[in-house]
Amino acid sequence: MSIKRREFLKITTAAATAALATSSAAKGMESFTGWPDRYGMLTDTTLCIGANCRRCEEACKKANDRPMDGLDLNDNSVFERTRRTDPNSYTVVNRFPNPRDPETPIYVKKQCMHCNEPACASACLVAAFTKTKEGPVIYNKDVCIGCRYCMMACPFYVPTYDYFDAFAPQVRKCTMCYDRIKEGKIPACADVCPKEAITFGKRSDLITLAREKIRHNPERYHPYLYGESEVGGTGWLYLAGTDFTNIGFSNNLGNTPYPELTRGFLSVVPLVLTIWPVLFTGFYKFTQSREAAKTESDADTGERDTRWQR
Amino acid sequence: MATIDRRANWVSEKLLLGMSWPDYLRGLITPFNAVVAAILAVGIPLTYIRFTQGIGAISNLTDTNPWGLWIGVDVLSGVALAAGGFTTGTAVYLFGMKKYRPVVRPAVLTGFLGYAFVVVGLCYDLGRPWRLPFPMVVSYGVTSVMFLVGWHVATYLTVQFLEFCPALFEWLGWKNFRKWAVRITIGATILGVILSTLHQSALGALFLLAGAKLHPLWYSPFIPVFFFVSAIIAGMTMVIFESMLSHRIFGDQVTHQDHKNLDDITLGLGKGATALLFTYFCLKWVGVAHDHNWDYLATPLGSWFLLEVLGFVLAPCLLLFWATRRHSPGWVRVGAVWSILGVIFNRVNVSIIALNWQQPDRYVPHWMEFGVTITVITIGVLTFRFIVNRMPILRKHPAYADDPDH
Repeated sequence: MSIKRREFLKITTAAATAALATSSAAKGMESFTGWPDRYGMLTDTTLCIGANCRRCEEACKKANDRPMDGLDLNDNSVFERTRRTDPNSYTVVNRFPNPRDPETPIYVKKQCMHCNEPACASACLVAAFTKTKEGPVIYNKDVCIGCRYCMMACPFYVPTYDYFDAFAPQVRKCTMCYDRIKEGKIPACADVCPKEAITFGKRSDLITLAREKIRHNPERYHPYLYGESEVGGTGWLYLAGTDFTNIGFSNNLGNTPYPELTRGFLSVVPLVLTIWPVLFTGFYKFTQSREAAKTESDADTGERDTRWQR
Repeated sequence: MATIDRRANWVSEKLLLGMSWPDYLRGLITPFNAVVAAILAVGIPLTYIRFTQGIGAISNLTDTNPWGLWIGVDVLSGVALAAGGFTTGTAVYLFGMKKYRPVVRPAVLTGFLGYAFVVVGLCYDLGRPWRLPFPMVVSYGVTSVMFLVGWHVATYLTVQFLEFCPALFEWLGWKNFRKWAVRITIGATILGVILSTLHQSALGALFLLAGAKLHPLWYSPFIPVFFFVSAIIAGMTMVIFESMLSHRIFGDQVTHQDHKNLDDITLGLGKGATALLFTYFCLKWVGVAHDHNWDYLATPLGSWFLLEVLGFVLAPCLLLFWATRRHSPGWVRVGAVWSILGVIFNRVNVSIIALNWQQPDRYVPHWMEFGVTITVITIGVLTFRFIVNRMPILRKHPAYADDPDH
């Protein structure tokens, strides 16, 4: 049984087509500094009062049409454990002890960070996530198959899933109120915050603002702007009065955008697709010629090696 | 009337192993089938609950731990253990190691069914499994490693079906189709190597995005290579294990000569597995050295890592080395099972135990998740048995007994 030239061409063409498809994948991953005028958010945790407030949580539920689940803004027992986002709560406020002043704990609002180069978007096999040019990272429920690789990929543990919906489960997360932004309004949480702890604006302006705050109040602020460079920069930025590891932020995420982490692997794919067909056809041809030589020499000596007959 | 008779004959001959319906049904009452019935009696209700009340109703999966037993065992381990098809196909058809020809067909069948049931298992885990074809036809997430996995598993499943076709057509008696199916063997084998190289390693590459979540001893930029090499080990040792079981359970289908050859094949595969296990053992240390992770070895998870690398890679490697030198197929089989467990242990560590190691919310599978996994494996085994009892997988079809391509 020998390999036909036409068959070989067929394999190679198929491989080359696949290779081209994959290399265009790699092109989509080239570093992108982002839409220049994109929006972001700045949370100043030194301003957030947390207890008896959490009005951002309430406004968020309303804006996203999530059930209230008996939300009681005066119930401060929720702070006894650190909460994460869930399908009904796109944002949660957590309490952390203040190392400088035990009397005034630190409250930190958690929600999607709206990364410049989102891990979720690079992980999604149906491109359900989009980094919009306005800044928010949004999700398209109409193509999602529910593999939850986005949740695996997200370094901030943000996306959540409707585990108890058998028929139309979705990934759910903060949208930075994309619909409100398009209507010219600002995100619901920033709108409602009584302490103006959440600022909405162009990301570049927010960075300038945050730096100003740090410069004018060096005793109030820890001199670091979280999100400016983490995982290639996030749309949501944080200021705090203490080291960020004290208030639930990871310091081991690195500054490399997550799409870069798989880029090396993906760029090897086209190489394998183009080299393997000829390499393994070569092995096959080599084996064949060796066997042919063997049969010939066996015929010469009149003996046959039975090992090769089975 | 003649048509009906012929059809009845066809059903009896092809499906009922030459028996009438009452005889066949009576023959189904065996202890093994009783166990199967018990498993299905649990598995079918679980399936109903899953598809009416959602994933959360039968699993402990959470927002922090979105992947659990079904991904760790059914998918990651399942795909690795199904690597026997491409491993033996490559050895026999491309490298000319004809000694292994008798195990190619069962290995291809195991591979094909392995992948098919990976997809079945995946349907429990996916939120909307009916959208499984979406990455192929609706929306293309070309930057995703998962996109590559999806495409390659789908195309490889097709390739493995084509590789399985000769046996299918011999059984159906479709001579011309069979001729075509045999003719594409080399092409299909080469395609199989390409697709397997890429998706086996891609399953590891999925975790390249989990750098901040996966324990440093398991996270490595080399993780695609680890997954690929260990998949070949899993494939070879699964062929040893599966052929042992087949020869015991379907002993009436194989000749005395086949039994003798199998010992020889087992020793050969054992030698190959020894070499690969040793390579894999070294690679794991290259990974530790590359990222300077030595300090982690003195931690509790470090001991767990040593258990994996010494207890489930080096130990089976040494056993296989000793057993092949001693020409003991029996001990090679023990070493093979040990290696298989080692690969499953690795996949579970990467996807569950070493993942989210710093999170307070740790995942422990719900018993109903085990129930689903066992059900899916059971249906896979039933399908394998159904096919082997009917089609020329272990035995040769009389009409093609002298065919060298068989």
